[in-house]
Amino acid sequence: MPALNELYQEIILDHNKSPRNFRKMPDATRKVEGYNPLCGDHYTVYVKLEDDIIKDISFEGAGCAISKASASVMSATVKGKTKAEAEELFESFHTLVTGKMDGMAEISTLGKLAAFSGVSEFPARVKCATLAWHTLKAALEAKEEVVTTE
Amino acid sequence: MRPANEIVTSEPVVESRLHKTFDVRKIRKDFPILNQKVDGKPLVYLDNAATSQKPQVVIDAMVKYYLEENSNIHRGVHYLSEKATQSYEAARDKIQKYINASQRQEIIFVRGTTEGVNLVASSYGRSNVKQGDEIIISAMEHHSNIVPWQILCEEKGAKLLIIPMNDAGELLLDEYEKLFNSRTKFIAVNHVSNALGTVNPIKQIITIAHQYGVPVLVDGAQAVPHMRVDVLDLDCDFYVFSGHKMFGPTGVGVLYGKKKFLDAMPPYHGGGDMIKYVTFEKTIYNDLPNKFEAGTPNIAGGVGLGATIDYLNKIDMTAVRAHEHELLEYATQALSSIKGLSIIGTAKEKASVISFVLEDVHPHDIGTILDDDGIAIRTGHHCAQPVMQRFGIPATARASFAMYNTKVEVDALVEGIYRVIEVLT
Ligand SMILES: Cc1ncc(COP(=O)(O)O)c(C=O)c1O
Repeated sequence: MPALNELYQEIILDHNKSPRNFRKMPDATRKVEGYNPLCGDHYTVYVKLEDDIIKDISFEGAGCAISKASASVMSATVKGKTKAEAEELFESFHTLVTGKMDGMAEISTLGKLAAFSGVSEFPARVKCATLAWHTLKAALEAKEEVVTTE
Repeated sequence: MRPANEIVTSEPVVESRLHKTFDVRKIRKDFPILNQKVDGKPLVYLDNAATSQKPQVVIDAMVKYYLEENSNIHRGVHYLSEKATQSYEAARDKIQKYINASQRQEIIFVRGTTEGVNLVASSYGRSNVKQGDEIIISAMEHHSNIVPWQILCEEKGAKLLIIPMNDAGELLLDEYEKLFNSRTKFIAVNHVSNALGTVNPIKQIITIAHQYGVPVLVDGAQAVPHMRVDVLDLDCDFYVFSGHKMFGPTGVGVLYGKKKFLDAMPPYHGGGDMIKYVTFEKTIYNDLPNKFEAGTPNIAGGVGLGATIDYLNKIDMTAVRAHEHELLEYATQALSSIKGLSIIGTAKEKASVISFVLEDVHPHDIGTILDDDGIAIRTGHHCAQPVMQRFGIPATARASFAMYNTKVEVDALVEGIYRVIEVLT
């Protein structure tokens, strides 16, 4: 059985307890809702996009520790990045949590996102970890809709 | 502390009113899957409302069927086909007796509760519900007893009305009675709620409906694993349940319907077995129950369900109720004492199902951490999203107990929840 403490790493517990950028953004240029029908996780991601740069990002909503921490770490990571950089990060993150990333070297380039490496041992939780990212992606693609992980 | 390997040592033997004894140790031996370790820890299976485990005798019956009798039914003139048909039809007889239906034609094999409800909504519903008519369901239905009626209402321009419930998760019968009028055409209600554990006063619900001349379908998916059901006594018009939740195989279930309704209803699926005579101009449908059993059914499943009934017939269900009630009381008390834990569903009449939420902890995390201790529970909305909406929560964690569960397992659950709190807060 995979180790529980690799799933619930310190960074994840911390971001779950005190999520960063956890607020509404009245002047957001993009706003998309993300929903996981399986467990009821539900977040709204707000983005202020200027010239393809994520000037500001925030989120609100409720869900499990993994989904909330993921949204929080994501918001801290992509702030100030370009749209393309954020999409690239999502790809790396997705590779990480689905266990397809090889080698510690690559993982270590991910910074705080690396804390989610344990998720790959819990297939049922991959959707939790990627919900906010899917939502962000839709926001960056300017899809005004409700995103689900199904 | 974690329970030692032998999970049932301290379990008392419950005396029932019938003076038969109920020995949970003996029952557990019938279910080989329970005797296993998950990463070195004894499996604690508390997800029985999702599906129950199967006793060895049921597994054996299905293996025997495939080893010795496998053949298609109702069609062959040869030895094996006769054997298979006999076993399958014998299962129908057993089910008829078990739920006290008056005739064997009233027992229709279906895939499960979901198909049973869909059959009635589609066949009875389409031919009896018209624009402006009303169908009543309850606030605590499983999606499978909501969506088929919504589809019907949408198609016909009919209206779906909901029996409300109180904060304990009990249906409000006064409000229910107020819903009736001349447009009321059908009632569909669950016997026991999978999300809350509530045992509904189903007989009273049926009596009220019949006073207005309205037929009632009962979703018994969560009732049959816990109690003996007598369809004649209930006087329900339809009763549906799944084999897999009552210690039987998956993929087979039962629709009981009063013959007068089934006779008048058009077929649900067309195909082989459900016909008497087919030409391109016209088809004469078969008699009950075959009219509703088109195509090759889940024969092994039917045989397995027959074996399940044989098994249940040897068990005193009154003693099972007493044992489960004791587990429910014990677990309710222990869980309630955990700071920050609230039980969702506190009806006076409950089956051994406990839904709960923990302050600042999402049910999904509870499920993952308990799993690390070998404890299987369900987390999520339990296919009853309107129930979650009613209580203003996204999801719950649910421990559901069957006759083979023990107080030692309740202790493991409680200890596991303390670990959840330790890990996450
Ligand atoms: C109350 C209730 N009704 C209906 C169902 C659907 O049963 P099945 O999935 O076996 O068709 C379930 C099972 O989850 C249930 O608990």
